Formats: sequence, C-alpha cells, structure tokens
Amino acid sequence: MSRFKVAVHIVPRRGLLDPQGKAVADALHTLGFKSVEDVHVGRHIVMELNAKSSTDAEKDARAMCERLLANPVTEDFEIATVSTS
Amino acid sequence: MKFGIVTFPGSNCDYDTFHAIVDVLNEDAVYLWHKDHELQGSDVVILPGGFSYGDYLRPGAIARFSPIMQEVAAHAKRGGPVLAICNGFQIACEAGLLPGALLRNEGLKFVSEPVRLRVENPDTMFTNRYSAGQILTMPIAHGDGRYTADETTLDRLEGEGQVVFRYMHGAGDTDASWSPNGAMRGIAGIVSDAGNVLGLMPHPERAADALLGSNDGTGIFESVLARVAA
Repeated sequence: MSRFKVAVHIVPRRGLLDPQGKAVADALHTLGFKSVEDVHVGRHIVMELNAKSSTDAEKDARAMCERLLANPVTEDFEIATVSTS
Repeated sequence: MKFGIVTFPGSNCDYDTFHAIVDVLNEDAVYLWHKDHELQGSDVVILPGGFSYGDYLRPGAIARFSPIMQEVAAHAKRGGPVLAICNGFQIACEAGLLPGALLRNEGLKFVSEPVRLRVENPDTMFTNRYSAGQILTMPIAHGDGRYTADETTLDRLEGEGQVVFRYMHGAGDTDASWSPNGAMRGIAGIVSDAGNVLGLMPHPERAADALLGSNDGTGIFESVLARVAA
C-alpha cells in the first residue's frame, strides 16, 4: 500500500444553467477581461488515500465521485491528478 | 396516526412540523434521530426543512447516508408515505426517492417570502383535500430550490401527473412559466412514480395556522391523514 494524493474536479453539466459561472463571467467582463467567453464554477476536492497502485487510487476516486462527490443528475467530474504523497 | 419527523444535525423545521401535527391537527408525532435504526411505528415519515450537515458538499448529499435514511427508503419502498419538505426534498432527490435535483437559485440569493402555488394534481395522497387549479399561499425559504431534471424526466413527470405544485406569478396571474428560483417548468413539488413520496420546496408546516398568515398548507397533512386512515 502506498499513499496517494488524488485531486478531482467537479463541474456543473454543460447545458445546465450555471448562474454562478455567469455572474463571474460578467464580473470578469466588467474588469476588462473581454477575452472571457464562458465560466463554470465547480468544486476541487483533494484526497489522500492508500492504494496498491495509482491505477487503483484513481479507480477508488472515480467510485467516490460516482457515489457521493458528484451528483450524477447535474454534474460531471474528472480525475485531475494522481500523485504519490 | 403517527408521524415520524426526522431530525438531522442542522434540521431547523422539525419543531414547526411537530407543532403543525400535534397542536393543529391533534395527531401523534415522534422525533426520529438521524442515527436511529427504526421508525418507531410511524405511519408517515417527514423529512423536514433545514440545513442538514451544513449543506456541505451539496444540500442533502451527506444526510442521505444517515442510518435512518435506510429505514426511510425501506418505508417508501413498501409504499409508506414520505413527505419531504425543502431540505427534505433535496435529501429525497439525493437519495433517489425522487427524480431530479435542486440547484442554486437562479438569482443566487436566498429567497424567503410567501409564494402562490397552483395545485396541478389533486388526485394524490397528499393533495386530495385540494381541488384542481386551486391557488395556495405558502412561504418558501431556500437558497437551492431550482428544480432540475432532463427533458425526458420532465415530460414523464408532467405526463404522469407527478408535477403536483407549480409556482404562480403574482396575484391572480396564471402564468406558470415564472418561478422564484428558476425551477424548470415552474415546478415547486413532485410525487414519486408510485405516488407515495412528495417533495416540495414550500413549507406547508409554516402555513398551518391562519393566525400566522395562512393555513393553506394544512390540506397536505389532512390529505395524507385521510388516505392513511382509510
């Protein structure tokens, strides 16, 4: 068993209304960042966990996202990084 | 008739609900702690409003894994009535007792105000004391009440009469496209496929006494009483 640090990104599903993302985009436009086309605000979760390999660590994290960390009805997730800690 | 009111850490409408049932309807009620493993013979289970587990992660996401929720799910599966109000609605969706999800209000603000609702289906175990199209006034108080589901689910809910309450725009206006939170198709409350789980964002327990502004919510409790007692 080794210890891994796994980071996951959870974002609102594309196509669903994201008022928080829109408010941030509007604020960025007000500040002069005219290049901004679209903003989505989600969550970044960092976990330290024990697993046999980085593949197992990623598999575990994926299961956690499917069962708790992300809402399958409204959110998408991706495993951002898996590293030894 | 015994109502079981679940208290999660952060529930804050459990006492109001108890008051509506015991003092207004003169029925029995018992508090069920989230760590309990039995419903103490409750005929009807109520998931009350509040901020269970501080709304951490997502409203209702952690409460759904409380030990008591196993019993609530089994009760629902047996056809037992479950009334899920506000945070309870969010918990019921997270637990898969109801389809869809409740997202952050479109205006990003917590909205606390009386709203007008239209009874879309009076033929459920929670609405048989109302008439079709009846307009009710009940308070809402939530930051995450934007009902969201995919189009197929929404069409099915509407087709099967599972959309029970819809928000109404202002006084006397019948435009149901409006909602205080951006809810899809103006949906304020739905019932499950089997019809025995009702989830709604408005608070019927806060509209159970005319002295406090409205008793339009009492009909929900009376409806389920009439059905379960029958």
